Amino acid sequence: MEYIISVLLSGVSVGGQYALIAIGYTMVYGILRLINFAHGDVFMVAGLMGIYLSASMPLYVALPLVIVLTAVLAFCIERVAYKPLRSAPRMSVMISAIGVSYLLQNTATYITGAQPMTYPTIPFLSDTVVIAGTPTKWAVLLTPVLVLALVIGLTQLINHTKVGMAMRAVSKDFETAQLMGIKINNTISATFVIGSLLAAVGSVLYFTNYTAVTPTIGALPGLKAFVAAVFGGIGSIPGAVIGAFIIGICETIIKGLPAAWDVSVFSDAFTFALLIIVLVFKPTGLFGEKATDKV
Amino acid sequence: MIRKKSKKGAFIALTCVVAFLALIVLMENLTALVPGAPAVFKPTSQLFVVLKKTAVYALAAVSMNLLTGFTGLFSLGTAGFMLLGAYTYAILTVPMASKDQVYYLFGGSAVKFSLPDLFGGADTVPGLVLGVLIAIILAGCVATVFAWLIGLPVLRLKSDYLAIATLGFAEIIRAVFQWQKLGPVTNGANMLKNFPIFSSFNIKDAGGKVILRLSTFVPFLIAIVCIALIVMLINSSYGRAFKSIREDEIAAEAMGINLFKHKQMSFCISAFFTGIAGALFAMYATNAQAKPFTSAMTYEILLIVVIGGIGSVTGSCLATFLYVACSEWWLRFLDNEIILASGLKVPFLRAGFRMVVFSIIIMVVVLFFRRGIMGTKELPDLFKRKRKEGAK
Repeated sequence: MEYIISVLLSGVSVGGQYALIAIGYTMVYGILRLINFAHGDVFMVAGLMGIYLSASMPLYVALPLVIVLTAVLAFCIERVAYKPLRSAPRMSVMISAIGVSYLLQNTATYITGAQPMTYPTIPFLSDTVVIAGTPTKWAVLLTPVLVLALVIGLTQLINHTKVGMAMRAVSKDFETAQLMGIKINNTISATFVIGSLLAAVGSVLYFTNYTAVTPTIGALPGLKAFVAAVFGGIGSIPGAVIGAFIIGICETIIKGLPAAWDVSVFSDAFTFALLIIVLVFKPTGLFGEKATDKV
Repeated sequence: MIRKKSKKGAFIALTCVVAFLALIVLMENLTALVPGAPAVFKPTSQLFVVLKKTAVYALAAVSMNLLTGFTGLFSLGTAGFMLLGAYTYAILTVPMASKDQVYYLFGGSAVKFSLPDLFGGADTVPGLVLGVLIAIILAGCVATVFAWLIGLPVLRLKSDYLAIATLGFAEIIRAVFQWQKLGPVTNGANMLKNFPIFSSFNIKDAGGKVILRLSTFVPFLIAIVCIALIVMLINSSYGRAFKSIREDEIAAEAMGINLFKHKQMSFCISAFFTGIAGALFAMYATNAQAKPFTSAMTYEILLIVVIGGIGSVTGSCLATFLYVACSEWWLRFLDNEIILASGLKVPFLRAGFRMVVFSIIIMVVVLFFRRGIMGTKELPDLFKRKRKEGAK
């Protein structure tokens, strides 16, 4: 019983961390129809910045600064690498995203000297708490709460503010929105900034749990978060969150199965198998809008 | 664009290919023939590593281009099919003599034969050539079978969903091949080795001294034959059907093209050649293990395809060479610290800087050459235009 609770707890927390990354993917895809491959690496860079900044200043300054700097980074990436390609074929933009991902990974390797860095222990978040007889970190408990709060805030922002309305308009129809006087570039930048803010929060929670930061650490969580976004129907924020929780919980359950079965290597593979099965039955994900082709 | 079939064009292409292959053989044996040849042509030179890798990646890139550039199917399963090819090749060609050594963790292999040994062993010419050839073709076939199976559900998906589903498939395959319970066949997470590699094709005399080096010629020969087959397919009626699917699925269907059948065909053929590229990759790397076949490898090949120009076969080949040479060879000096004569140290230069510069170059190419270096043109098209301009 205690074992089951601990598995479920860590599943929910992993799911929450994926959800924070997945929102960034799904929002960008909703607006630009772009798989932002660099998003996982922005997450990694946020982790590295956390390490370097906390070494030189107190944590209560460093963490907000990390979040702000990550947003600045995402803003710059969008302006430099994606904005010039707005009229180019969709594939070029995606390649540009892969290029940015390369650049971030290689720069991180260069700066860290390819050594894994250790994330600082954050007081309170790293403290242990005992729930129903199972010791766990506060970060694990706080993640789902924080995710829910952020998602509710985000949906309020999208549904009830001017920026949110602009975002919805742009994601429906790019050109018409432009004709209606919406500043497309600002809206897109805002999307990238929001997505990276959430990824930065996610990186703080994720690296409190898994403290080793390497230049390629962003790739797998990024890929899984993207799978979560597709799973829930890409473009839909609640879909991404639910998809992320399902994937996080499934993954930890498989990792927690008896060692004699020797199936823990399949924890990643299962995520993708689940994705393929869902896509076969619902080609646009669980909550995705059905696309209709006009002839 | 319908190209008239001309015997003259085919003849010129064939001559160029033969001349190119002869050049490769000549380059590799230059130090043996001419004692004072430049250091670049030494057998240990980085040039030949780059050339071998180019042959392998060019084949993978062209088969991805067949799918992405000519059929308009955006698939990211390349690494998975390459892994299937690499493992099939390695499992079938590990010599009987070293099976116990390679599979020592699992007490021997479950595959009780080895293709080169069936034809007289990897030391003999028929054993090596036939064994390797059959293993390579089987590697392609295994990839095709998996492509057919995965294509049944997945090819009904559209654009990005197809991409992510095939990417997922590649990751699943990678996990399966690392499973310890399949150890007697795949050697678990450990590497397979000791199978015939490119340098096994060097012709040696009785004393073991190399007379004629063919280790770069062989991958090029295989890759060129495969790429020629792909080009012939693209120029056939099937190729035109593929292109019509790329341009407009609905219009193609209205013209009487069976969408699913053609997509499945393109997917399987692409997987076949990707599998062969995987087998070549195992030979290039001198071992087969699941580790390098990650999604990063697929992205690498996708980058090559896009840099070369989506829908241009010669563009893919050219881009492969530039990409491989740039990342492995030309920029290598950036990794070492250089101290100028005046005692000043050049800033920034240390291990890892090469890749930073390389990724900046890639970003510049992506941002300023949106359609890749060749667009949808082929190499001969460029000459044609020049000749026309010259005539004016």
